[in-house]
Amino acid sequence: MIRFDNVSKFYPKQNRPALRDVSLEVERGEFVFLVGSSGSGKSTFLRLILREERASQGQVHVLGKDLARLSNWKVPHMRRQIGTVFQDFRLLPNKTVGENVAFALEVIGRSRGDIRKSVPQVLDLVGLAGKEDRMPGELSGGEQQRVAIARAFVNKPKLLIADEPTGNLDPQTSVGIMKLLDRINRTGATVVMATHDQQIVDQMRKRVIELEKGRLVRDQSRGVYGYQH
Amino acid sequence: MRAQFVLSEIGVGLRRNLTMTFAVIVSVALSLALLGGALLAREQVNSMKGFWYDKVQVSIYLCNENDAESDPNCARGAVTAQQKRQIKADLDKLDIVETVYHESAEQAYKHYREQFKDSPLADSLTPDQMQESYRVKLKDPTKFEVISTAFSGREGVQEVQDQRNLLENLFRMLEGMNFAALGLMGLMLVVALLLIVNTVRVAAFSRRRETGIMRLVGASSFYIQMPFIAEAAFAGLLGAIGATVLLVVGRYFLIDAGLSLAEQMPLIDFIGWDALLKVLPLVFVVGVLMPALAAFITLRKYLKV
Repeated sequence: MIRFDNVSKFYPKQNRPALRDVSLEVERGEFVFLVGSSGSGKSTFLRLILREERASQGQVHVLGKDLARLSNWKVPHMRRQIGTVFQDFRLLPNKTVGENVAFALEVIGRSRGDIRKSVPQVLDLVGLAGKEDRMPGELSGGEQQRVAIARAFVNKPKLLIADEPTGNLDPQTSVGIMKLLDRINRTGATVVMATHDQQIVDQMRKRVIELEKGRLVRDQSRGVYGYQH
Repeated sequence: MRAQFVLSEIGVGLRRNLTMTFAVIVSVALSLALLGGALLAREQVNSMKGFWYDKVQVSIYLCNENDAESDPNCARGAVTAQQKRQIKADLDKLDIVETVYHESAEQAYKHYREQFKDSPLADSLTPDQMQESYRVKLKDPTKFEVISTAFSGREGVQEVQDQRNLLENLFRMLEGMNFAALGLMGLMLVVALLLIVNTVRVAAFSRRRETGIMRLVGASSFYIQMPFIAEAAFAGLLGAIGATVLLVVGRYFLIDAGLSLAEQMPLIDFIGWDALLKVLPLVFVVGVLMPALAAFITLRKYLKV
């Protein structure tokens, strides 16, 4: 699903590489936590998977494709198979919940009938059935993140990237979000989640990958958060 | 469904930035009107050229009694019948000459009286002061030099005059105005392009949330950029319509009403509406493609994939 071979990433005007010689593989259907302090390279790792950046050295394979050889115009097609969720939800405030989810399908050219069928299904999956016509501003943070997850998953991606999805939520709400991500993982989707949430990592007992100053320092199945921050 | 989605996005986008859109439309309209105007003026000059060149002739003025004193070319006195016959014969031999006709001093006097009949000048000349001349019509009006070298300086000839020279100055002035209009158009075009670049940049910035999400969910860059390009093209289309209105109104007031040049200068063959119709396709193509292209190039910089 994801394979990094000796990947390094240098940004211009920075002495220290953001990633240094990282090699790892994530299999289909895995649930992976990505931990590490701020500046450890988590964001760069995720941006490389999404091909928002290209690796300076080494090879990145995602969904069986060598991203260095993927031409620019094919990138959107690759991204359609990857769902993304962020700490700040990134919803459109002037569209309803249903429209926000439908937007993701509209802009990749899905038919109206297809959209009308898929949106209620995925809202049902994330536990927001019947809230289609609400505006994001009327919802709680947890509900907004559910909308974002619905939008990320409505196209049935094989891979879900979550960048601190519980970062803005209280612990109890976070548990709900994690249950939802776990459910999505059980449908067969691979989930890679960057997080600072110790409690969640320790509870879920999934594979943990830890980055420190751009290096891969730990890769542990059924791991724990493991360091104090 | 996609078309409807895109159309509604265009409407929202244009309304969001109404003042800038208006500035773009006005500047595009002005530059296109100048473009169309310059093209029409060129067409007008060309048709006038054809019309007048058909009418102008080369005149070979012959010496009369009076010229013998005033003009060194005629120092040997008035033209003789022998000289006239020779000139006529030589003219008839030339291939480039279409027709030759002879204007006697009396005829010249009559034309002169007609031309200045309302002026006190009309009475100041007598028939014997007028010059006899050969009026030569050339097959190709630009071949004046041949006649000039063959006949000027010959005995009995006072002067060989190309009437085209008189018109050339007028046409040169009109062409100069034409270039000025094109130059102004160039400037307006630059202004319009800069406005479009800026408008697109602001639009891209104000919609970065939407475009960011589009990128994440895998919308193609064409799909992301199309609303911006369509907006610019649509503003350009409105500008082209504005330019059309300006051209139609301009032609109407210059030629038919207002200044009513057609009435005041009946000799000039003014361009018709069909000429205007002919420049419109170019106006519309430039009006739509130029802003679209400007938007496209701007987006390459401000909307990264």
